[in-house]
Amino acid sequence: MKKIYCHPKSLRNVSTHYCPGCGHGIAQKLVAEVVDELGIREKVIAIAPVGCAVVAYDYWDFDCSEAAHGRALAVATAIKRVRPQNIVFTYQGDGDLAAIGANETIHAANRGENLSVIFINNAVYGMTGGQMAPTTLLNQKTATTPKGRDAKFHGYPLKISEMLAVSPGVKYIERTSLHSPQEIIKTKKAIKQAFLNQIEGVGFSLVEVLSPCPTYWGMPPKSALEWIRDVMAKEFPLGRIK
Amino acid sequence: MKKILMTGNEAIAEGAIQAGCTFYAGYPITPQNELIAYMAAHLQDRGGIFIQAESEIAAINMVYGAAACGVRVMTSSSSPGISLKQEGISYIAGSQLPAVIVNIMRGGPGLGNICPAQSDYFQATRGGGHGDYYCIVLAPASVQESFDLMRTAFELADKYRNPVMILGDGMLGQMMEPILAKGEGHMAYGNHKPYAISHKPKPWALTGCKGRKPNIVRSLYMAEGDLEKSNLKLQKKYKAIQAKEERWEEILVNDAEVVLVAYGSMARIAKAAVKSLRSKGKKIGLIRPITLWPFPNKIFWRLAVNGKRLTFLVIEMSYGQMIEDVRLALEGKAQVEFLGRSGGGIPTEEEIINKVREFADNNLTNSRTRELK
Amino acid sequence: MSYELRVKTMTEKIIIAGSGGQGIMLIGKILAQAAMMEGKFVTWLPAYGAEVRGGTAHCMVVISAEEIGSPYIDKADTLIIMNNPSLSKFKARLNQDGLLIVNSSLVSLSASAANIKKYPFTDIAIKLGNIKVANMAALGCYLRNKKTVALKNVLAVIKEMASKGKKDVLKINQQALQNLLVADV
Repeated sequence: MKKIYCHPKSLRNVSTHYCPGCGHGIAQKLVAEVVDELGIREKVIAIAPVGCAVVAYDYWDFDCSEAAHGRALAVATAIKRVRPQNIVFTYQGDGDLAAIGANETIHAANRGENLSVIFINNAVYGMTGGQMAPTTLLNQKTATTPKGRDAKFHGYPLKISEMLAVSPGVKYIERTSLHSPQEIIKTKKAIKQAFLNQIEGVGFSLVEVLSPCPTYWGMPPKSALEWIRDVMAKEFPLGRIK
Repeated sequence: MKKILMTGNEAIAEGAIQAGCTFYAGYPITPQNELIAYMAAHLQDRGGIFIQAESEIAAINMVYGAAACGVRVMTSSSSPGISLKQEGISYIAGSQLPAVIVNIMRGGPGLGNICPAQSDYFQATRGGGHGDYYCIVLAPASVQESFDLMRTAFELADKYRNPVMILGDGMLGQMMEPILAKGEGHMAYGNHKPYAISHKPKPWALTGCKGRKPNIVRSLYMAEGDLEKSNLKLQKKYKAIQAKEERWEEILVNDAEVVLVAYGSMARIAKAAVKSLRSKGKKIGLIRPITLWPFPNKIFWRLAVNGKRLTFLVIEMSYGQMIEDVRLALEGKAQVEFLGRSGGGIPTEEEIINKVREFADNNLTNSRTRELK
Repeated sequence: MSYELRVKTMTEKIIIAGSGGQGIMLIGKILAQAAMMEGKFVTWLPAYGAEVRGGTAHCMVVISAEEIGSPYIDKADTLIIMNNPSLSKFKARLNQDGLLIVNSSLVSLSASAANIKKYPFTDIAIKLGNIKVANMAALGCYLRNKKTVALKNVLAVIKEMASKGKKDVLKINQQALQNLLVADV
């Protein structure tokens, strides 16, 4: 009989610390599957962010480095320059990539570093307790926007993927989502594309993944998926950006 | 061998390249711009990687990434830029990565000015960033020594898997002096033999997990007791460094009644004052710490336990930072005086001589008063 | 009249000052290179950063038979002044019996004394055909008054520096350098 599924080799057989309904577990498993399918487990070097996903190296079974909050793309730049034969990717949240690390993100992209970036956008700071993220939607309530995000005081949801797309250094950007099996399949495809681009030396590739955070959105997991589909994806339209 | 004329900044860069530095990331700031320019002009051509980063923060984190791959890495900056790098230096220390950081100090606080200063001594020798850690700190006093100490810096960084800081100042960085910059021009300093370049394998480095278990470069230890265990390991390492790596230069201290203590550029001027006062018969010497951390306590212990009446005069281009280490080393066993200027002013040879006379006169008056009583 | 300043100490401290583009840093470096060739101790310290914005430039050169303490000069044995602002900035820095060399083409200085040498370096350079070699004329004047380093070594340094450039550049620099060495102006 033909084997059609097995536990990815690149994923350790442990349970994660993520909350019920969190998207990180899915996204990290997709990365592991892609790494397996491309046969690059022994060449991969991952950079984990500061945020809920910091201990991703406890789940992935390949070389990993931590990075200070926001600095994953500076660390990745150096690693890829020193070891161009390896496959280097960052896995970053919205606070890490688009707030404290916006400068590193813009400049790594603009230098056209041959890197793959998995950008998890859940519109909130998870690890620190549900504060406003740069991608928090207008009127969304968080620990630091108790009355909802108000453009007058907090500005607008930051569309960093669209911003990055204007740089000639950037070769591929796609926004996907984890709110349904179909979208998860599309996400995996996009992640694979980002890795393939690096293998072929195409240049800077980024996949923005809309991901549920039921805990800090204050809703059950199923409603969180619906909220992505009905609300979040309106603000952050899915599809190929570049 | 033929000497060449170089600035301190260029000598540091050339010394680093010859010591096997293959990765440099930096951001322009005066007075260390010749260093980053030298790296830009030469590192790539000699097989290394140069990146002008978007900020000092990005630069130190690039250094973190390259160090994690096991190559010899360096960044450089000046005081305000070094403040920006402190978070990254703390991560490098916490993750036990070897890296060299150059600080060509300028005046502060704040934007200060670009004049030479030694006001970052506390920051350099007390860790600088958050957490219980130390950088090994080396303080060259000439362009030749700036070149020579780079090899020591990279060797120490690798040996202890620890950040090493080169602490210079704007004067040292900007000035030119003739140096021997080729081959085995590396001199021994103080009580230490020169290092040969060694490239021991680094099995902890990130290279892809082919044929081995995955390597993780980290400084996060969330499980109960883990961080304390990791910190105790670091402390054990620091004890070993303190025991083995103190470096200093001593000049005419054995019969001295007054011992000047100064490092870096300031030590040059102090040395000139020693010569001048010796020629007038004054029993005076100089201790020049070369490692600022670990601070060379041993020479102070040796001199202070003699039971002889001794006065130490600490001279700094700051308002008194290294003096605290001198006092800690002496534990009250000798008189400690201070002369310091900062913010553009540099204590002159004349000022040092006047200061020595001043407290020598005071001491004489005091002892006479005691005798009369 | 030739005036020979006695070098009292083993150490010669020189401040060279003028405006950006006058080759101030260069003649300091030439002196430093020549001193190095002779196996002397030497330091060269430039003005740097914001200090040189707005067009003024200076450098400090210390040449000695002994190890040098500070490369920074409080009191100079020689001042070479190439423009007016530099004179007011540095005149108080000269030792009492120090040598003052002044570019009279651009500096108005009425005082005269045995230790003051005033020559129109810029005009000399223009006559030679290149205003840029005024610095070399000044260096020649200095070498005539103080034998800190040997002329042949200075010429060798210039030759080495110009080796990559055009031959006529070398020639005019040598001419300017030697202008004040051979005869009074």
